[in-house]
Amino acid sequence: MKQDIILAGVGGQGILSIAYVIDNAALADGLTFKQAEVHGMAQRGGAVQSHLRLADGTIWSDLIPKGQADLILSVEPLEALRYMDYLRPDGTVVTSSTPFKNIPDYPDVAQVLEAVRKAPRSVVVDAEKLAKEAGTVKAQNIVLLGAAAPVLILKEASLRATIDQLFRGRGLPILEANLKAFDLGRKAALGQ
Amino acid sequence: MSRQILLGDEAVALGAVHAGLSAAYSYPGTPASEIMEYLVRLSAESRAFAAVWSVNEKVAYEEALGASFAGKRAMVSFKHVGLNVAADPFMNSAITGANGGLLAVSADDPGMHSSQNEQDSRFYVQFAQIPGFEPSDHQEAYDMAREAFDLSEKFGLPVLMRLVTRLSHSRSAVETREARPQNELKKGTGKDWILLPGNARGRFSQLLDRQAEMVRCSEESRFNRLELNAGDRSFGVIASGIAYNYFREAVAGDAAPPSFLKISTYPLPESLVRRLVAHVDKVLVLEDGYPFIERQVRGLFGVPGKTVLGRASGDVPASGELTPDIVRRALGLGPLPALPVSGLPLANRPPQLCAGCPHADTFKALNKALEGRAGASVFGDIGCYTLGALPPFNAINSCVCMGASISMARGASDAGLHPAVSVIGDSTFAHSGITPLLGAARADADMTVIILDNATTAMTGGQPTYGSGQPLLRLIEGLGVPKEHIRTIEPLPKNHETNVRIIRDEIEHRGLSVIVAVRECIQEQRKKRS
Repeated sequence: MKQDIILAGVGGQGILSIAYVIDNAALADGLTFKQAEVHGMAQRGGAVQSHLRLADGTIWSDLIPKGQADLILSVEPLEALRYMDYLRPDGTVVTSSTPFKNIPDYPDVAQVLEAVRKAPRSVVVDAEKLAKEAGTVKAQNIVLLGAAAPVLILKEASLRATIDQLFRGRGLPILEANLKAFDLGRKAALGQ
Repeated sequence: MSRQILLGDEAVALGAVHAGLSAAYSYPGTPASEIMEYLVRLSAESRAFAAVWSVNEKVAYEEALGASFAGKRAMVSFKHVGLNVAADPFMNSAITGANGGLLAVSADDPGMHSSQNEQDSRFYVQFAQIPGFEPSDHQEAYDMAREAFDLSEKFGLPVLMRLVTRLSHSRSAVETREARPQNELKKGTGKDWILLPGNARGRFSQLLDRQAEMVRCSEESRFNRLELNAGDRSFGVIASGIAYNYFREAVAGDAAPPSFLKISTYPLPESLVRRLVAHVDKVLVLEDGYPFIERQVRGLFGVPGKTVLGRASGDVPASGELTPDIVRRALGLGPLPALPVSGLPLANRPPQLCAGCPHADTFKALNKALEGRAGASVFGDIGCYTLGALPPFNAINSCVCMGASISMARGASDAGLHPAVSVIGDSTFAHSGITPLLGAARADADMTVIILDNATTAMTGGQPTYGSGQPLLRLIEGLGVPKEHIRTIEPLPKNHETNVRIIRDEIEHRGLSVIVAVRECIQEQRKKRS
């Protein structure tokens, strides 16, 4: 059993929090994992990605070879598209439809989403809308984690427990909003 | 024993703590910053050891050397270019030796994710002629930190561990071990620590005498691994550090993978290299960084009857970070089947100054003040404000190394360029800007220095700085800058006109001016509010 995931987005969009939840859930589920992430200059509004590998045996490389990723999980549609050459021919893309436009030449969103939907399996959720519905627009990353949950080889209980662990210190309303964001994302994905 | 999720950087740090670390020093720099970030957190919880952000890497190295002199285990960490700053005490510490274990960690950045060059710290290991370690994964990073201290005390020498970005910033689970108690105080004795020529000559020959012992130690290290494929003598691989992972990934499905030697210790384990090379006709060397091993294996004229492939031969790209795909190609394996790419043009998303960043307002004012001055040159420095080189600002003409903005502006001014403007952050100024400003002040050089005082080391995540606010202003005055030409501005949109006028006035002054742009980093401000 193994699962290779490319996490994608823009610096500051909370990719590392998604990675944190998956890493800790993997540890709880007794899996091995390696997660390569981006720090420093690139994080300042630049494109960031994290290679996250889960397995029940040895994982050698910290990076995923091209054509090997089972899943692209992106908090922004253009960034989902940027790493398509990493995806297996039968891979899945889970992305938000909400663009993050901090560049003047952001392509037409409809075209981007059309290209994303050419993947063999694609799940597109409006993370901004669902996060607002959950109670905080900041929880878009957790909406997407929820949308990816049915595909992940991790126990949903472990994911929820780690979200709890991550947000409990920030007060009950924030914790509840994030758990709700997770559920809304999950539901939206299962409805597609 | 427990399993903990750690970054590569954190694995080294925790390994050092469990090895009985008493004092650690660092200056922030990507990808090394998380080593000290982690130690500062642990130290705040336990108060068991010192964890200090130093003013620069040279100071950090000397502080660690002092702790080693006192008999305690000490660590110093920095990014690869930081080792250049620390190179003077580093090279000399191979001559003084270490008393308490001394571990230096240098995090290299192949591919220049956030750096000015991709130099390979393994050359410094060879340059100083001390033992070196290069972990391939998190567990090794943790375990090697412990062993490095033991080895340092065994040889009485500092030990350098080389990391690369990909391991520094990768996360995995690590099995930790029981912590070792700290050393007792025991100060260095004799003439070892006095590098007068007479003593230094003796110490240097002792260092040379121990080289063979270091090679033997490397040959016996459990971190190296030789596996010979008896059925295939045509081809073998030497892989070091993280490159080993990409190699194993590529051959993971093979029933009979090629012969290989994994190297994680330096000096090179010579007998292991000889056995691998003797066994095969053709050797591919995989290493992240320069062709450091490849050149040593090849020698000047090659190995008779053998073919050595790698970065120097052109079989692996000469620059950039290794990836599993590059390694597959070098092994002669084709790409894995992948999805066809859409063909839709993907706009680049380069890094940029944060929305509301004070540097943006300073650059806008500076650009306006320099309008119509064709000869103007703006010398930039290392920090967030280096992003001022990119659109929409296009505000700086150079970025070389820490502190160079001030010294280069001085040189350009001496050469006749006018106006010569320097832009430097408060942390970088304390690191390497004070000494060139002292020189410029003594000469009253015709230049304008703009110090961006955002009260933090912003690019690396907000570490504390030494020269901010009133102490910074007093420091500038103390260096001999004329008081009437030390000006402060507050970089905010509403102050734009005033700031343009002040910058213009000081540029027109034919002598040294220092303008301090004071406004806290927007990210740090947010952190405090949340």
